[in-house]
Amino acid sequence: MYAFSYVSPKTVRQAASALAKAEDGKFLAGGQTLLPTMKQRLAAPSTLIDLAKVDGLSGIELKGRALVIGAMTRHADVAASAVVQQAIPALASLAAGIGDPAVRHRGTIGGSIANNDPAADYPSAALALGATIVTNKRKIPAEEFFKGLFETALEDGEIIVKVSFPIPSKAAYAKFRNPASRYALAGVFVAKRGSDVRVAVTGAGSNGVFRATVLEDALKKRFSPKSLEGVTLPATGLNGDIHASPEYRANLIVVMAKRAVTAAVGK
Amino acid sequence: MANITLTVNGKSVSASVDSRTLLVSFLRDHLRLTGTHVGCDTSQCGACVVHVDGRAVKSCTMLAVQADGSSVVTIEGLASAGGDLHPMQAAFREHHGLQCGFCTPGMIMTAVDMVNRKGSALDEATIRHELEGNICRCTGYHNIVKAVEAGAAAMAGGAQKVAAE
Ligand SMILES: Cc1cc2nc3c(=O)[nH]c(=O)nc-3n(C[C@H](O)[C@H](O)[C@H](O)COP(=O)(O)OP(=O)(O)OC[C@H]3O[C@@H](n4cnc5c(N)ncnc54)[C@H](O)[C@@H]3O)c2cc1C
Ligand code: FES
Ligand code: FES
Repeated sequence: MYAFSYVSPKTVRQAASALAKAEDGKFLAGGQTLLPTMKQRLAAPSTLIDLAKVDGLSGIELKGRALVIGAMTRHADVAASAVVQQAIPALASLAAGIGDPAVRHRGTIGGSIANNDPAADYPSAALALGATIVTNKRKIPAEEFFKGLFETALEDGEIIVKVSFPIPSKAAYAKFRNPASRYALAGVFVAKRGSDVRVAVTGAGSNGVFRATVLEDALKKRFSPKSLEGVTLPATGLNGDIHASPEYRANLIVVMAKRAVTAAVGK
Repeated sequence: MANITLTVNGKSVSASVDSRTLLVSFLRDHLRLTGTHVGCDTSQCGACVVHVDGRAVKSCTMLAVQADGSSVVTIEGLASAGGDLHPMQAAFREHHGLQCGFCTPGMIMTAVDMVNRKGSALDEATIRHELEGNICRCTGYHNIVKAVEAGAAAMAGGAQKVAAE
C-alpha cells in the first residue's frame, strides 16, 4: 500500500471540505473494497477521509412508505434489522448473503452503491425497488445513478448520505454465487409495486447492473414464475469469463428470476 | 504518523503508527501478538480474524487508525489469565479441528463470534455457512465443524463467558 494521510471528520460538511482540499482524496467507508484495492496498488489516494465518525450517516428507519438506510449502515445490521425484515425482507436476506460474516461486519450500503461493482448485490435492489440515493447535494433516482462498470452519477466530493427504498408489495432476490469470490455470477432482484414490476440483474451485464425489460413485460401480465416459462434473454451485452459464457448467464438470469418470483409470491 | 489509543485483550495501548499500517501488522509487528495470521492478500482467507468492539473482522482489511478508540480481542485474549483454554480452543484440540494450525486462530475467533450472534445450539448447515470466510487448506473442514459445534455447546455450559468486547 502506498502512503497516504488519514483524516476522520465529524460532519458531512467537514468530510466534503477535506476531500475538496486533498490532492487525490477518497472517502473510506467499510474499506472492504477500497483497502484490498489499495493493497494491490490499484488505487493510491493521497488522503483517506474516514466516514466512520461522521454524524448521522448510519441507521435504519421507516419514513412514510419508504425504508431509509444510512450510508454507513453495515451489511450485518441491515441483515439483522427487524425493521428491514418486516418492511422489505428481500433486502435483509440480500444483505445476509454478501461475502462472509467478517465482510458484513465492516462493509456498508453506501460503499457498495458508490462502488457499483458489476457483481455487487445492492445495486440490483436499488434499481428494482426504484430507490433514491440521497447525497449531500441532491437526490438521485437509482435509474440515473448507475452509469456502467464502477461508474456512478456521483460527482467529485459528493457523499452518499442515505438510500431510500419505497416499500414494494412483493419482492425477492435470488443469487447464484461464484463459490470462490461469493459475488454474484448472476443475481436477480424482482419487485412488484402496484402494477409496476421491475427485474434488475447484477453480475451478468458487461456494463453493470441493468433492468431485464423482457422479463418485466412477461411478469406484468401475471406475477408468477409460470409467466417466465419459455421466455429467453439474448446473450448480447452479457459478460463472458472463465466462470460462465454469455449464453450460460442469459439462461441463468431466467432461472434466477423464476426462483426470485417463486420466493416473492410465496410470502 | 497518527497517534492511536485502543484496548487490546483488556490492556490499554497507545502508539504512533503510519496511516497505512494495517491492524494485523500493528498487532503482529508492534505488539508482537503473532497468533493472528496473514494467509492471503485478497481479504478472503480469514486467518486474520479478530474481534473489534465485539464483532469478527478481517484485521488485514482494516487500518490500525480505524481501530483508534476500539476494543480489540485476539486469539491471545481468549484463554483465562490462569492459562485455561477457552472452551472453543479446548474443543478444537479435543476434536482434532486443526492440522497445521495456520487457519486456527481465525477459525476460533470466527466461531466465538458465531456463538455470540447465533447462540450455542448450532447445526452443521449454519456452521458451514458461517465459516464461508475462513479457508483451511488441511482439514477438509469436517473436524472444524465438529469442534465448533462442541465448543458452542461448551460455551453454553457455564464455562467462562466470551471475551468479545
Ligand atoms: C471477501 C469479500 C467478499 C465480498 N463479497 C461481496 C458480495 O458477495 N456481494 C457484494 O455486493 N459485495 C461483496 N463484497 C464487497 C463488500 O460488500 C464491500 O463492503 C462493498 O462493496 C464496499 O463497501 P465498503 O463500505 O467496504 O466501502 P469502501 O471499500 O470503504 O469504499 C468503496 C468505494 O466507495 C466510496 N464510498 C464509500 N462510501 C461512500 C459514501 N457514503 N459516499 C460516496 N462514496 C463512498 C469510497 O470512496 C470507495 O471508492 C465483498 C468484499 C470482500 C472483501
Ligand atoms: S489474511 Fe485477512 S483474509 Fe486472508
Ligand atoms: S489446519 Fe492447516 S490451514 Fe487449517
